[in-house]
Amino acid sequence: VTATAVTAPLARTRRRPRKPVLIAAILLAWVAIWIPAHGTHTLSLSPADLTPLHEWLNDVNDTVGANRNSSPVFLYFFNEIRAVIDTLVTFLQDVIAQPSFGRPVPVLGWLGVVAVVAYVSWFFAGWKPALLAAAGFVLLGMQGLWTESMDTLALTIAAVVIALAAGIPLGIWAGLSDRFHRLITPVLDFMQTMPTFVYLAPLTLLFLIGPASATIATLIYAAPPAIRLTAHGIRSVPPSAIEATTSLGSTRWQTLRHVLLPLARRTIVLGVNQTIMAALSMVTIAALIDAPGLGKTVIKALQTLDVGTAFNAGLAIVVMAVVLDRVTTAAGDRVRQTGPGRQRRLRRPLVVGGGVLVAVCGYLSYTYYWAAEFPDGAGVGSAISRTADSVALWAQTELSTATAWLKDLVTTVLLNPLQALLVESPWWLAGAVAVALGALLGGVRAALTTAACIGLIIGTGLWQDSMTTLAMTIVATLLVMVLGVGVGVWMGRNRYADRIIRPVLDAGQTMPAFVYLVPFLALFSATRFTAIVAAVVFAAPVAIKIVADGIRGIPATTVEAATAAGSSTWQMITKVQIPMARRSLTLAANQGLIYVLSMVVVGGLVGAGALGYDVVAGFSQGQLYGKGLAAGAAIVLLGIMLDRIARTNPPKGDNS
Amino acid sequence: MRLTRIAAAATITALTLTACGGEKIGGTPAGETSTAACGAFNLAINPWVGYEATAAVIAYVATRDLGCQVTKKDLKEEIAWQGFGTGEVDAVVENWGHDDLKKKYIDEQKTAVSAGSTGNKGIIGWYVAPWMAAQYPDITDYKNLNKYAELFKTSESGDKGQLLDGDPSFVTNDEALVKNLKLDYKVVYAGSETALITAFRQSEAKKTPVIGYFYEPQWFLSELKLAKVSLPAYTAGCDADAAKVACDYPEYDLDKIVSKKFADANGPAYQLVKAFSWTNDDQNLVAKYIAEDKLSADDAAKKWVEANEDKVKAWLGR
Repeated sequence: VTATAVTAPLARTRRRPRKPVLIAAILLAWVAIWIPAHGTHTLSLSPADLTPLHEWLNDVNDTVGANRNSSPVFLYFFNEIRAVIDTLVTFLQDVIAQPSFGRPVPVLGWLGVVAVVAYVSWFFAGWKPALLAAAGFVLLGMQGLWTESMDTLALTIAAVVIALAAGIPLGIWAGLSDRFHRLITPVLDFMQTMPTFVYLAPLTLLFLIGPASATIATLIYAAPPAIRLTAHGIRSVPPSAIEATTSLGSTRWQTLRHVLLPLARRTIVLGVNQTIMAALSMVTIAALIDAPGLGKTVIKALQTLDVGTAFNAGLAIVVMAVVLDRVTTAAGDRVRQTGPGRQRRLRRPLVVGGGVLVAVCGYLSYTYYWAAEFPDGAGVGSAISRTADSVALWAQTELSTATAWLKDLVTTVLLNPLQALLVESPWWLAGAVAVALGALLGGVRAALTTAACIGLIIGTGLWQDSMTTLAMTIVATLLVMVLGVGVGVWMGRNRYADRIIRPVLDAGQTMPAFVYLVPFLALFSATRFTAIVAAVVFAAPVAIKIVADGIRGIPATTVEAATAAGSSTWQMITKVQIPMARRSLTLAANQGLIYVLSMVVVGGLVGAGALGYDVVAGFSQGQLYGKGLAAGAAIVLLGIMLDRIARTNPPKGDNS
Repeated sequence: MRLTRIAAAATITALTLTACGGEKIGGTPAGETSTAACGAFNLAINPWVGYEATAAVIAYVATRDLGCQVTKKDLKEEIAWQGFGTGEVDAVVENWGHDDLKKKYIDEQKTAVSAGSTGNKGIIGWYVAPWMAAQYPDITDYKNLNKYAELFKTSESGDKGQLLDGDPSFVTNDEALVKNLKLDYKVVYAGSETALITAFRQSEAKKTPVIGYFYEPQWFLSELKLAKVSLPAYTAGCDADAAKVACDYPEYDLDKIVSKKFADANGPAYQLVKAFSWTNDDQNLVAKYIAEDKLSADDAAKKWVEANEDKVKAWLGR
């Protein structure tokens, strides 16, 4: 017995290091074959050329358009859905945003909205979030963007309500049924990685131009987190809890209501939070199909390269996102705490008193102009615009030499060699390498998925563009991980750093990319590197947050033990904290990758070319529509392929 | 006990506040409904400033003189045209060629019709920043471009010169042109108008060489007068085969497209759209009000209309 106990771990340690060796061998073989074979079988397609598949997709689109007014599917199905959603959004706008019911102002003026928001935040989340919410909403008004903000809020509420009404039941189902879970996961992947640009035009064909299309575009992107996290929450309920109730003779319905849902509630609230964030990140894109609100301000400002105005509106989106994030997070944390008796006794009169106060504010804002229309913001908005403008201008003139140098360095050292390797490889070589890596890292299933994805990418006719995009994606993900580990470890070890950096990360995640495109273009020109930087700004915050959480999740006793054993700070980080947070690192890489891929299209707007440009051009030119759709599909396939290769085990879903 | 006390306190606060008063919100002050003749007018706003200038003036006149209820809808071209069939859009008032859309919506689906020229001439071509034209006077002839290819090398173009292309909304022949004119350049797709304008702006500010695709009328040209590079002259049909193009872009007659229903109803708004016509200078002026003087579209239109009432009268047939 002792002999096997000793040799088993030995054998394992001896077999272990072979994986990196094998990977290195595969990469070497790749280069070795690449040298004679490069430039052949690269399946290139110039930007203006189409394949039969692309033309067929165009035809399908045309046919739908031509039959829109006669087909019963439209008359009785899409039109009905559209009518319901339009009514909901318009009603919300009437209440908080737009002149309505024959009045020159909405039903609830700013005072009423601020009061309601503060009251609701206090009721569900507590004093601090309520103060933050009130301050945040007043700031929106002072920025001179009250009406636009309320339009955005109305649309966001509508999209979130519908996303949750559909998403939570679906999530529960996916939590209870393995088969449904397997079925819906790829659909959710698809919804989250398919670029919005691809389906905006078809949506307006199905649901016409107006709030309904904008809401549906938003909820396609925003519903998946709610579904995933609900399912995840239900699946994480310990089996013992379920067994205990079934043994007591509960029906399935009772188990669900009294055990599963209450225990999964925190995770579900996190899903609600993520859905709201995702909905807000769609504000600018939805504005391309006439969605009312802040997105329009951003897009309009971009047309005249007015960085200041775009920043002011972008900041309003960030403020709204931070408020909603903090309130829902605090509400989630409170769900299972019950306050001490004294507090509870105090609470009831406060609830009633607050309610009366809100009613009074609401009445005032219904009746008087001063409470209905936000007073002049004392130039706060224009001050923000001016400051942003001058900062951007300063950076463009003073920093562009240094940034150009950085751009050239990364491009020549990292990007160009990688791109040459991927793009100039014959398709069968790059494909074989991917399948081999899939088999090595993820097993047979991953290898099969990879092979299928490779085949389908070739089928889209955009193999070479896909490889170009892949090279940029890999470089961006590497940079994201460098930042993720660097800043994440710092934040995880230091609470003050966390407190200062976290709002910056929130801004990076919710500030619309359109706002910072102009300064980035000035700093890095229209290049692939600009696209990479934009992707890093958006994706690094997620990775950093996940790593920081992982570091903080390491039991304090372990850290103390290491300190007692005399580890230096460096040893502590490299030998204890990073190895112990390994699962978080994998998750961070996974989520960072998905976020990078969701910026491919934005990259297309700033010089990345390849798939991103194909999607953008397909959105802009009718005859390229099919190609844009195929490019969108290729992005999804790249995402699924990389995800399955890189995924060691943590399930996707908790993408906080 | 406590409950009633708080409620009472709240009510008293409320009454005090109410006593402070302020202007009360009345019923419906606006809405003189003499608009029956014109009715609703859905105007698409395509996303560039020149278009917005044209649309703003039409909307202003339609509202002020005809009493139309104008609804502006911010839409990309393709989506706006799609809206003709579904009845969501009545007019697109600056169309750049778009033969594909014309074929689809005018010839095939028969949901749209042309409403004539806007009077604006669209020019597409290759441009360089003014400092380059001053420093290298012969650069504005395509024959000399190979001489300067070295200057235009970037991280994206490898060992060739970079030709910056690509507002994705416009058709480009540039790859074919580079090939057929045997130029030592590589087309790089910037991907947006924003990217092109920023590139030219930086080029002038930093004196870095940039050559790229651009077009006029465009508000940016009033900020920086780019110099156009001459290509072999356009002759009818020289661009028939996309792969063999070796000539300049045609001059576009920018026109107005309206939905068939809107045209058939022949209301006052349609007649205004049909009669509307102005010059590139007119549009550039209004575009400048919007882009540089930061006026709202409506204020910009008002300013122009009040200075040009004679032109407006001609459109209205008064």
